Amino acid sequence: MSSSSEVDTGMVLALADDALVASHRLSEWIARAPSIEEDVALANIALDLLGQARLLYALIGDEDELAYRRPAGAFRNAVMLERPNGDFGATIARLLLLAAHQHALYSSLAAADGDLGAIAAKAVKEVSYHRDHARAWTVRLGDGTEESHRRMQDGLDAEWAVWGELAPTQEAVDWATAVITQATLRVPGPVLAVERQEHTADLDELLSTMREVTAVHPGATW
Amino acid sequence: MSDGSLLWEVFVRPRRGLAHTHVGSIHAADAELALRNARDVYTRRGEGVSIWVVPSGAVTASSPDEQDSFFEPAGDKVYRHPTFYEVPDELQL
Repeated sequence: MSSSSEVDTGMVLALADDALVASHRLSEWIARAPSIEEDVALANIALDLLGQARLLYALIGDEDELAYRRPAGAFRNAVMLERPNGDFGATIARLLLLAAHQHALYSSLAAADGDLGAIAAKAVKEVSYHRDHARAWTVRLGDGTEESHRRMQDGLDAEWAVWGELAPTQEAVDWATAVITQATLRVPGPVLAVERQEHTADLDELLSTMREVTAVHPGATW
Repeated sequence: MSDGSLLWEVFVRPRRGLAHTHVGSIHAADAELALRNARDVYTRRGEGVSIWVVPSGAVTASSPDEQDSFFEPAGDKVYRHPTFYEVPDELQL
């Protein structure tokens, strides 16, 4: 068993924040997705991500403190994940790229001993499904109608341009490229590695919505 | 998926050794997505180890109009039930 002092706290915090913020944006699709089946699918994925965030927060501190009472400026999530939802195609593109990245990352972390390795091993199974869900939609929309192709390409272009912030491995880029090609979409170009960006007002909005209940009833339990 | 969406019947096997049982239906554009939608809608709480999806149109169903001719004749044939045997006391059922 590894104690929290042995894990890279900054890295774990970034993983957890990515998962929490992505989870919240996905949860916003509930009752708005193209079908009730997709509502449930995206909610399941959001709950998986929320579960990962909770385990990771608990590894390095108090999860409520970290999720509910930390200033937005202290969050380490990639800005691409806090951006508001738009078209369904953009959400699928974002999920495709996030899941490709997480799958490669958690797979390598799963080899480690201790709690982080165990959390990663559990997460690999979950993100495998997320990756597959996004792949299935990307192919159907990309290789679908003229309109679905255009909207999937637009979403992909927008998300791909900022994917470098997550620093995806070559394995993740290769996997996504294969899916994009299969979907008859255009690979937007090389993934440019960039530092994690400054947070925007989108994160403030996201956190204030997520924290509505705890803001009104601090310390409430149920 | 208001257009291009088909209806699928979902069968879930709760655990090894049991048969797949009809649990409901879902919408999906094709078989692959139908299987995934079925997984998300019907096995969220660990209900299954295997799923079948079948296009609803592939199911040939008996008609309610035929209920009398189909099922009523079996109603008065009680001798078809295995209830006329003496079960020995030592037999553990």
